[in-house]
Amino acid sequence: MAELTTKVLVIGGGPGGYVCAIRAGQLGLDVVLVERGGTDGGLGGTCLNVGCIPSKAIIHAAEAYAHAVEQSTTAPFGIRVERPSIDFARTIEWKDGIVGRLTSGVAALLKRHRVRIVQGHATMIDGKTCQVETDTGTDRIRAEHVVLATGSQPAAIPSLPFGGRVISSTEALALTAVPERLVVVGAGYIGLELGTAFAKLGSTVTILEAEDRILPAYDAELVRPVARRLKALGVEVLTATRASGLSESGGAVMVGERAIAADRILVATGRRARIEGFGLERLDLTMNGQVVRIDEHCMTSMRNVWAIGDVTGEPMLAHRAMAQGVVVAEQIAGHRRVFDAQAIPAVCFTDPEIVTVGLSPDEARKSGREVLTASFPLQANGRALSMAAEDGFVRVVARADNHVILGIAAVGAHVSELAGSFALALEMGARLEDIGGTIHAHPTLGEAFHEASLRALGEALHI
Amino acid sequence: MGIRIIKLPDVGEGVAEAEVVEWHVQVGQSVLEDQVLAAVMTDKATVEIPSPVAGKVLALGAEIGGVLAVGAELVRLEVAGEGDSEVAAAPREAVPPAAPTRPVAMPTPEPERAAPSMPVATTRTPAGPPRAAGEKPLASPAVRRRAREVGVDLRQVRGSGPAGRIGHEDLDAFLRGASGPAKAATRGANTDVETVKVIGLRRRIAQKMADAKRRVAHFSYVEEVDVTALEELRASLNARQDTTRLTLMPFLMLALVKAVAAFPDMNALYDDEGETIERHGGVHIGIATQTSAGLMVPVVRHCEARDLWDCAAEVRRLAEAARENRASRAELTGSTITITSLGALGGIVTTPVVNRPEVAIIGVNKQVVRPVWRDSQFVPRTMMNLSSSFDHRVIDGYVAAQFVQRIKALLETPATIFMES
Repeated sequence: MAELTTKVLVIGGGPGGYVCAIRAGQLGLDVVLVERGGTDGGLGGTCLNVGCIPSKAIIHAAEAYAHAVEQSTTAPFGIRVERPSIDFARTIEWKDGIVGRLTSGVAALLKRHRVRIVQGHATMIDGKTCQVETDTGTDRIRAEHVVLATGSQPAAIPSLPFGGRVISSTEALALTAVPERLVVVGAGYIGLELGTAFAKLGSTVTILEAEDRILPAYDAELVRPVARRLKALGVEVLTATRASGLSESGGAVMVGERAIAADRILVATGRRARIEGFGLERLDLTMNGQVVRIDEHCMTSMRNVWAIGDVTGEPMLAHRAMAQGVVVAEQIAGHRRVFDAQAIPAVCFTDPEIVTVGLSPDEARKSGREVLTASFPLQANGRALSMAAEDGFVRVVARADNHVILGIAAVGAHVSELAGSFALALEMGARLEDIGGTIHAHPTLGEAFHEASLRALGEALHI
Repeated sequence: MGIRIIKLPDVGEGVAEAEVVEWHVQVGQSVLEDQVLAAVMTDKATVEIPSPVAGKVLALGAEIGGVLAVGAELVRLEVAGEGDSEVAAAPREAVPPAAPTRPVAMPTPEPERAAPSMPVATTRTPAGPPRAAGEKPLASPAVRRRAREVGVDLRQVRGSGPAGRIGHEDLDAFLRGASGPAKAATRGANTDVETVKVIGLRRRIAQKMADAKRRVAHFSYVEEVDVTALEELRASLNARQDTTRLTLMPFLMLALVKAVAAFPDMNALYDDEGETIERHGGVHIGIATQTSAGLMVPVVRHCEARDLWDCAAEVRRLAEAARENRASRAELTGSTITITSLGALGGIVTTPVVNRPEVAIIGVNKQVVRPVWRDSQFVPRTMMNLSSSFDHRVIDGYVAAQFVQRIKALLETPATIFMES
């Protein structure tokens, strides 16, 4: 048995874990990172291997194909395309190439910062020690600090356990052929992103949602353009509907009396923190329901045991995990830090995209404040029109008394790229006048943010 | 009518620049020949610069606190007759004639009345209303991070930015202890900030101390000395009515003279740039002296040639001169070793700062009568600590300790101070 000692032990090589390890390495700390690998992981974690990145590649390819199909039928820009077809195996190959480039990039960064990577399944023995089953035997690693970054995994539902035709997002991103009939259970962002992509790729898609509307976590106004687009793509959306299970033959999903035939059933009802199978119970950490409880320092109830990312609960977003990873690494290096982000942007890569930062108008009002809110439609934005993407808007919410911005949201094609400027505005404590006084380049989608801020002040120019 | 430029004259040997600490004239004022124009401070002495001619002041060459090189324009005068021929070509320093009539930016009521090193004060009150209860402080990530690093809870800090946004300057103000808590103050928090310009002697002390701390590798050594016998001797000498009253100081000075004879490296100047040590035969002892303007170190020259009463009289004379700001430049420079005494104030230990380029400074602490174990019983003895610092770059700790032990031995058996060796 090999014995290793280190200052920092990071369990999990996802966006939280690898960023924490890199930052700790930059700060001169001795770091060991344990990554178990497997079909749903590896360096880069869910995000790089079976989440953000591959899904964006598939979404992009699907969008390109849908464009080609559109040109071949209505030719809105006058481009003539004859009978487009897709070689999905090549699409997957291309996607895998991107994933490969990014994960080997992560490996190179870790190496450059002298992070030792141990491949294998880690089991915590106590708060300072873990045992790793590697290909070559068992390693025992002792560390002063342990960072739990084990991430999350797709949540299963009892009526449709994973297996056979019932797949999670992980398998959906590794399909070798486009399923003819796809049923998506759950109209959250994962279900909608993949459901929309497969609809564009040619699947007949039915989406089931237990709540009474799609994207229940977002306000109705933002979701409306997405619902319109789903309808236009021919996606059947059944809200307030629960699947009771598979049909007897297993070839259909039962919804009440109705059997919806499906080649694949994608269950995307959410993700669950990965808290089992690595000896977490031995640490006797205080839990917060099914996630590890942490304080503002990302410290668990045990001294020098830290936790970051999805294993600590919502919002389960890669960028949150990365920021937490940095905060933890710097604290271990002796700096005073706290995870005090004012705004964690959230993006749905649906069609069109949705980005939200901070409070919605209703949430802002619930805090008992007088608020100003204003939207600017992309129909009045030159850049949106020139991209044939006029459905959507940018909306700001600000305090009525001092005009400090409380929340920003947008729905529209490519609006995900505005997430940075939205988050910056909130982090800097910007007022409507600050945005109004900032020149936004013309013609860009960002002008809609400018105009929405001006409109909240009663000074909009282009509407 | 012509223009005459009065340049800063050479005010002392080796002086390259001087700081303007007081203006006796202002723009527009008529001056007579020999009327004092300004007071400038060189290394330590303050020198008054008289006008060589009569005329009207057109411009002043610097603000108070400004440093001028020797030969730089001090005052521009309008004089009868031709004036200087090279005026047109002469580069103007700092304040042009068109500037506001008073070059002093500070709103002190009568700048021309300010004493040479009196601090010039301004007040500023940080803006920003108190935050309402429960309101989250508004601050950028960089400000939040800095606050965290210095351990400040931003809820306590007032923001002067739009909508009460807390900026770096608000954090600075809070760290200076200026900004009141963000909550509505119940007892009328005093939020005034007084900005005192560091000029004159204080600036020189600051520079010198920082320089010493930056360059000298300080090594401090504390030893207790039984001064019972010395105090008995001093009391009996002081009992003689006809002589000057003696303090401990002259005894220590003569003990130093004696000790440095065996340790010539202690009575030396270390030129760290030239990498040479200049051992001095003459023992010129600097006496750290507190004055109303700040610390000064008048020098008792050639202590090796002085007797006890001579040393005592010279210390007294120089201390008075320093306190009355009469000490000449020569009296304030040239020491080879320094004594600092806070004994009268109490204190067990001090960590004196070496008076660069010297290499040793001896600090005197308070005398106390303490029970001391002698033979088989406690006896009351008058004890005193010596806290000394050395430049460890050139004085090893072992040698420093030997040196202090030598002084201790001399002081404990005071007769040896006066014996020819």
